[in-house]
Amino acid sequence: MSDAVVQHKVEQRGPREARPSWLKRALDSDLFYSFRRSRITMIAAAVTLLFFLVAIFASWLAVQNPFDPAQLQLMNSRIAPLWTADGQSPFLLGTDEQGRDVFSAILYGLRISLVVGILGVLFSGALGILLGLTAGYFGGAVDGLIMRVADVQLSFPAILIALLINGIAKSALGNKLDEMSMLGVLVLAIGLSFWVQYARTVRGSVMVEKNKDYVAAAQLIGLPAPVIMLRHVLPNTMGPILVIATINLALAIITEATLSFLGSGMPETMPSLGTLIRIGNNYLFAGEWWIVAFPGFALAALILSINLLGDWLRDALNPKLR
Amino acid sequence: MLAFTLRRAIQAIGVMIAVGIIAFSMFRFAGDPVNQMVSLDTSGAERAAIRQSLGLDDPVIVQFGRYVGNAAQFKFGISYQFRLPVTDLLMERMPATLELAICATIFAMVCGILMGVYSALRRDTWLAHAFQAISLIGISLPTFLIGILLIYLFSVTLGWLPSFGRGEVVHIGWWTTGLLTLSGLKALIMPSITLGLFQMTLIMRLVRAEMLEVMRTDYIRFARARGLTTRAIHFGHALRNTLVPVITVAGLQFGSVIAFAIITETVFQWPGMGLLFVQAVQNVDIPIMAAYLMMVSLIFVTINLVVDILYTIVDPRLRSTVSRAH
Amino acid sequence: MSVGRSLFAATLAGMLALTVTPASSQTLRYANQGELKSLDPYTLNESTTHAHLGHVYEGLIERDKDLKIIPALAESWETPEPTRWRFHLRKGVKFHNGDPFTADDVVFSAERVRAQGSNLQNRLPADAKVIKVDDYTVDFVLSSPNPILIGQWDVWYIMDKKWAEANNAVAPTPVAATTPSYASLHANGTGPFMIDSHQPGVKTVFKANPNYWKKPEHNLKEIVFTPIASDATRVAALLSGEVDVIEPVPIQDIQRVNASPNATVLSGPELRTIFIGMDESRDELLYSNVKGKNPFKDVRVREAVYKAIDVDLIKNRVMRGLSTPSALMIAPELYPLSKEFTRPKSDLEGAKKLLTEAGYPDGFEVTMDCPNDRYVNDAAICQAVVGMLARIGVKVNLLAQPKAQYFAKVLKPGGFKTSFFLLGWTPATMDSQNVLHDIMGCRDDPKDPNRGEANLGGYCNKQLDELTDKVLVEADPAKRDLLIKQAFDIAIKDYAYIPLHQQALAWGVSKKVKLVQRADNQVLLYWATKQEE
Repeated sequence: MSDAVVQHKVEQRGPREARPSWLKRALDSDLFYSFRRSRITMIAAAVTLLFFLVAIFASWLAVQNPFDPAQLQLMNSRIAPLWTADGQSPFLLGTDEQGRDVFSAILYGLRISLVVGILGVLFSGALGILLGLTAGYFGGAVDGLIMRVADVQLSFPAILIALLINGIAKSALGNKLDEMSMLGVLVLAIGLSFWVQYARTVRGSVMVEKNKDYVAAAQLIGLPAPVIMLRHVLPNTMGPILVIATINLALAIITEATLSFLGSGMPETMPSLGTLIRIGNNYLFAGEWWIVAFPGFALAALILSINLLGDWLRDALNPKLR
Repeated sequence: MLAFTLRRAIQAIGVMIAVGIIAFSMFRFAGDPVNQMVSLDTSGAERAAIRQSLGLDDPVIVQFGRYVGNAAQFKFGISYQFRLPVTDLLMERMPATLELAICATIFAMVCGILMGVYSALRRDTWLAHAFQAISLIGISLPTFLIGILLIYLFSVTLGWLPSFGRGEVVHIGWWTTGLLTLSGLKALIMPSITLGLFQMTLIMRLVRAEMLEVMRTDYIRFARARGLTTRAIHFGHALRNTLVPVITVAGLQFGSVIAFAIITETVFQWPGMGLLFVQAVQNVDIPIMAAYLMMVSLIFVTINLVVDILYTIVDPRLRSTVSRAH
Repeated sequence: MSVGRSLFAATLAGMLALTVTPASSQTLRYANQGELKSLDPYTLNESTTHAHLGHVYEGLIERDKDLKIIPALAESWETPEPTRWRFHLRKGVKFHNGDPFTADDVVFSAERVRAQGSNLQNRLPADAKVIKVDDYTVDFVLSSPNPILIGQWDVWYIMDKKWAEANNAVAPTPVAATTPSYASLHANGTGPFMIDSHQPGVKTVFKANPNYWKKPEHNLKEIVFTPIASDATRVAALLSGEVDVIEPVPIQDIQRVNASPNATVLSGPELRTIFIGMDESRDELLYSNVKGKNPFKDVRVREAVYKAIDVDLIKNRVMRGLSTPSALMIAPELYPLSKEFTRPKSDLEGAKKLLTEAGYPDGFEVTMDCPNDRYVNDAAICQAVVGMLARIGVKVNLLAQPKAQYFAKVLKPGGFKTSFFLLGWTPATMDSQNVLHDIMGCRDDPKDPNRGEANLGGYCNKQLDELTDKVLVEADPAKRDLLIKQAFDIAIKDYAYIPLHQQALAWGVSKKVKLVQRADNQVLLYWATKQEE
């Protein structure tokens, strides 16, 4: 852990020397080396990148906007994928019950799932880090309180918390609960159910770090507590946090899908991947497999890639396993 | 030691009270239960009378006081849907959920440990990669989809396993068990796998990581140097060291297995507490929802408390600094 | 029964010697979407519960396979004067516990069904007198004539007075019971089946009643009922042969079930009418971008919405052909003059023109309330409607919710909080008067507070109400039908509602089982026979 001190010195050297070496440093780093060594990680990274790109450029790639009811033609409902006997252009992967193009729906649904997942993870990460730093740094009663809240939190699995927040939001917002605020509710629900891990990890690291000499030194020169925590202690915990965040992104997306199954996810007029799977699920026995198969495949591929990245990151950042 | 246990116990009670407040306040927002109980053409006056008899018109604080007072005596009221004491209903459904959760945990541990050990010891064989792949698929597909696919494959297409329910159960006192009949055992297979898959993945990865780590430690090197057989090293030393954290994690996860049974029970119409809860949510059956949340929290808090105490007995250093989140 | 059975067997002995099997030898396994929540027949006025309990209990009358009223516990009845109904009870009938059925039980049941806590109080006017003439004759004396008095009596089940008194079950179990009641967990009727065991929400076993007064049409030893809420699981259970009968089959799975070697789907039109309503009473819509006025108050806007919706497309695509588009707010089976009404064709251009005339050339925005677990493909229908209205510029925000939240919001206790909604209605009396009174009658009638009870849009036309009142007391069926027609004509002219269709009912039935499907969707297994296994 003495690296930490060195790292600080590097940062304080001023921008001129640090900047040109940034790319080179990254390419020379152990992280990049282990990345290049693992073909599966490279594939996973490529797939993840692809998913992010198609989600960002969904409106250019899709043949219709599946969220706009005026663009859905009931006449075109339940068309099989293009390569089958009943396929029809331009519906590459077929259409669903409402005449929604499955390919377009996946692109837009991917966007929703990623937005819910990423915002959920950012929110839970911010909350968890803040609480973890506070608990770890101050200890004592503050620590006790926060960790007890974490216990309460843990006794409610994500599903129950989301149902709870959903219920409160529905009652508070009433009819104003449209698609966008539903998205907000999901982010809130997922954020509030995943912060504990960050908090516990950060707290653990802080407890270790705060007895180190450099923190004592920083305290001695009179730096205020928040500065010490954010600028000096936090960077040392970023490794494990990144791992948790990656794995939680996959978990958050799956949680959203499960909430959809229980009827508390994104509405059918603005479906996420999970909602698409829930809708398609109803047509599995009917032989209209494409309505569920393609969104299911997309979700599985996305989560698999993210999980693989998370795995690699964990192994790469854990020097003992190298 | 005693003071520590006592403090933890008091904290656990505090947690339960907090859960009670949250549970109760959630139900204030869950929709009007009266609509679920009567038909469309029931008159407004009748509805008002029902509301009053349920005490739904009392001030919130009065309702909360009544709730806590009753909950402390394990009285959760009468289910709006079934007109039976909620405690009885939960007790009747509990064996189904516990059996499922235990079978799922056993499945997860046995498969998880075997697969984890194998993929740690034979890191680069194709089977190890296959295990890794299976475990990743296990956490990459939503539970409900896995359940439906299993039903489609093993019930509808192959006709091997029942698609719903517990099969025939045997009563032993107030407990009902599906473990003693063939149909009961067959009915357990798919729900246990569906529920246990996620835990299996967790355990497999944990075992693999721990094994890899232990294998590098000095004392394994010493064991090798002392000329012990590979098998004795792997299973006598490495695995034994791995099992402690594995069992801890499995124990701590048991609460969430019970909670996640909600989804599995819904897919397989498994007559347990989770199904009761989902139906209660759909029908705004407040007493059942409240009792279920309290029950799950109680199980969780109890497990936490026991683990905490065991930890301190085994290793006082581990007291409260250890991070147990996985 | 055993005597009757052996006589019957003897007469056919020659021909059937090889095929005659021991009576009542089969177990029939049945799964429904919903649960059997209470065994007390007066707790819940809900059709699935009535159907379940109809195996155990019986009314004075019953409805046959075509829904015609036929005698049951009453052998015959007459109306010596318009306000007096006389019922002659069947002799020799016994309750499951052996108690004989007499006039006392009818008088007792009449009191119990009207008592505080009963959900079926509308079966009998509160001021009606029920008089025991002798052990097997009962008179019902009304304060005003009511030709449809017995319309809902097929599901007013007669209970055993002695049993109720002995078990502290004289008072009906209220829907909001705060203590468990004996009658909600036990049953003692006169019907063809007896409750063998009952585990609420898990499993109920019905055993054939060996002493039933009528020759049974079934060959069942027992019925095992299990609720299976998940559609896919329920269908899978039928396909794999784990259950013999399921209700309902989701319409998209009908082909799959029919293609399987084990089972087929029995389908037919249901009596429920699915329709769309609009808030026509508020001066400003609760959920819309139009402020200061209510577009739905303008009949041209309502007509435009009506014409923008293509019910045939909904039938072909969303309902997969399994719905009957309807011009009326009542199913054709329940109203003889239905054929005289036709539904205008959908007309996008006309709809746009009407909107422009009404001052909304660019349409407007409104929120639609829709249940997503109540009717066949309800949310999908709403989504289709949203798409259709988008084509005339009306932007609909869809709020599809589970029925618990949906009903809490839109019904009377929730304050009719909706601007635009989808609802389904089956008149409990099987009669048009119920539709005119409950969903088309003016709300807030001081003389009749129950009028317009389920009129979520607040449509009001005094002329229609007057006709409704005449319909209630008119005894001549032909005249009555004409009055009803006049009333329906008014509602149609006003575009009070937009009827969509009668949904189809679909039961999945094992090929080993034969049963009768009644249009009110009551699964009555006492008409079921199952092949030897």
